[in-house]
Amino acid sequence: MTDNVQFSALNKPNNKWLDVWNEFKNHKGALAGAIIFVLIVILVLLGPFVWPYEANGINIRIRNQGPSLAHPLGTDQLGRDTLARIMAGGRTSITVGLTAMLLSLFLGTLIGVVAGYFKKLDSVLMRFTDLFLSLPLLPLLLVMMLLFREPLSTSFGPEKGMFILIVVSIGITSWMPTARIVRGDVLAIKEREFILAARSIGGTDTKIIFRHILPNVLSPIMVSATLGIANAIITESALSFLGLGFPPDFPTWGRLLNDAVDYLQQFPERVFWPGLAISLTVLSINYLGDGLRDALDPRIRGR
Amino acid sequence: MITYIVRRLLLAIPTLLFIAACIFLLLNLAPNDPMAQVPMTIPPDVKEKMREALGLGQPLHVQFLKWVIQFFWVEPQVFFDYLFNTSFSEGKQRIFSWQTRSPVMDIVVQRLPQTLWVVGMSYIVGILIALPIGIYSAYRQYSVFDQVGTFVTMVGYSVPPFFSGVFVIVLFSVQLGWLPSVYDTLHEVVDWETFKYQFRQMIMPVMVLALQTTAQISRFMRSSMLDNLNQDYVRTARAKGLSEWTVVAIHVLRNSMIPVVTVIALGIPSIFGGAIITEQVFKVNGIGQQLINAIYANDLPTVQTITFMFAVLIVVFNLIADILYGILDPRIRYD
Repeated sequence: MTDNVQFSALNKPNNKWLDVWNEFKNHKGALAGAIIFVLIVILVLLGPFVWPYEANGINIRIRNQGPSLAHPLGTDQLGRDTLARIMAGGRTSITVGLTAMLLSLFLGTLIGVVAGYFKKLDSVLMRFTDLFLSLPLLPLLLVMMLLFREPLSTSFGPEKGMFILIVVSIGITSWMPTARIVRGDVLAIKEREFILAARSIGGTDTKIIFRHILPNVLSPIMVSATLGIANAIITESALSFLGLGFPPDFPTWGRLLNDAVDYLQQFPERVFWPGLAISLTVLSINYLGDGLRDALDPRIRGR
Repeated sequence: MITYIVRRLLLAIPTLLFIAACIFLLLNLAPNDPMAQVPMTIPPDVKEKMREALGLGQPLHVQFLKWVIQFFWVEPQVFFDYLFNTSFSEGKQRIFSWQTRSPVMDIVVQRLPQTLWVVGMSYIVGILIALPIGIYSAYRQYSVFDQVGTFVTMVGYSVPPFFSGVFVIVLFSVQLGWLPSVYDTLHEVVDWETFKYQFRQMIMPVMVLALQTTAQISRFMRSSMLDNLNQDYVRTARAKGLSEWTVVAIHVLRNSMIPVVTVIALGIPSIFGGAIITEQVFKVNGIGQQLINAIYANDLPTVQTITFMFAVLIVVFNLIADILYGILDPRIRYD
């Protein structure tokens, strides 16, 4: 009996993700960040189904109200419920964040893996990455918003066109750090014996990349994913705040903040909620990413 | 070392040209017509002449070449003339803003001091706060100070300047009425009273920008100190009986500063980017606000020039960071 237990304990597969989870659990900040982020996502996804008010439901009779039981965060200058608008804005901001992150992750991983795996393309692609890193990103994003807003709005409709424009422009301006990290890891993994083994049994490059390389660079990709969401949410809010983002009647957190600034003197509390939503989301994601990095990389634990 | 610097300098030229071409193509190939706002009543032949006056009739590469010559050859000459009262640039075509009909560079020179004052001051303040925090957090790792410091830097990292800026305006200008919310750039410092006003109006923009700098640099300083604190030479220094102050401030700090100095150099361009938003919040009429105004007004030459100037800043400071790294740490010289 005892022997049996020991035997099974010895042979218990050492599941990497279980280890990561155990490590992650011990990082209090990361766990809190994960819980808060999940709560925010649930709130903005399910909230609008439960909440009785529409984000764009204008009711001029109850405009500019303070917090009350019916409207816990008050109403704006057109009598729209602020809580409903924050939830609708969060949907847009988080969707933009996730989609832009996926795009930038795809580009970054593609370029990083290709540069790391194929030696011929390495220097070209890394020069290209360096060039992108020396572009002034915020001014360029603003210029892109200016130039492509009209044509995309006419062909896809104002909201969809703007969504595509923002996601694509954030995606193609934020893939560089991912590409660099992934390239470095691929370069190291490529020299390991199991890759040689895979090649010696006749594995093609595609097969080796998908079966052996990609699963092994998953940890840096996951960490860049979390940081990518935070970066995309901040960038989208900054663009909306400068008035170059989504159209005015379409709530996002940055847009709500921008609208609230016009009423700064009369209703200073209005800037607080969208700003808090952005900051809390980004803070929780950053903590999540921090904990994930520690959990995935045993070398830098405790830093 | 010299060959390394020369090689890096030579490499910077194609980089800058590529970025210039990127910005130029983005602006000129986009489906966008600078003449779109012109009233319908203007006859077509006049419109054609206006188009020519804006330099729009020529093929793209000619336009690009002209712009490069204007930016790299004519504008420096103007600057040289201004400095030494010569007349090299007389009669040469400069880059003109469509919005104000005056040379773009003249406006940039008017706007730049405001930006430099606010941005430069905030960067210095940020570094001065960040370094002691980073050093002490590393020295007392996992202490209460370290935990609180980590949390504060995380918050500083996560709160975007367009919220922290608006938030401090609400708190200190609207609620408490201590500080002015709009930065008055016409204000001149002549005596003690005006100096006090200047100081008060600079507090908020400088603090908002400094918060971000502090967050990044103190975090970096901390991890760099931690890398060095456990090294053998530190144990040796302690074993020799050196005082704790000498060990930390002379031995460890000097070695930890190497990567931090390069990070400080690398961060300068990005703080100009952050200044675009902060200037908008506090209504500072600096170069960032000029860029935003030019974007709203569809003023392509101004947008092109300012965006390119940001790119030049990034390339130059990357270069400075690389060279500094080589000078400070002889182990990683590249020759």
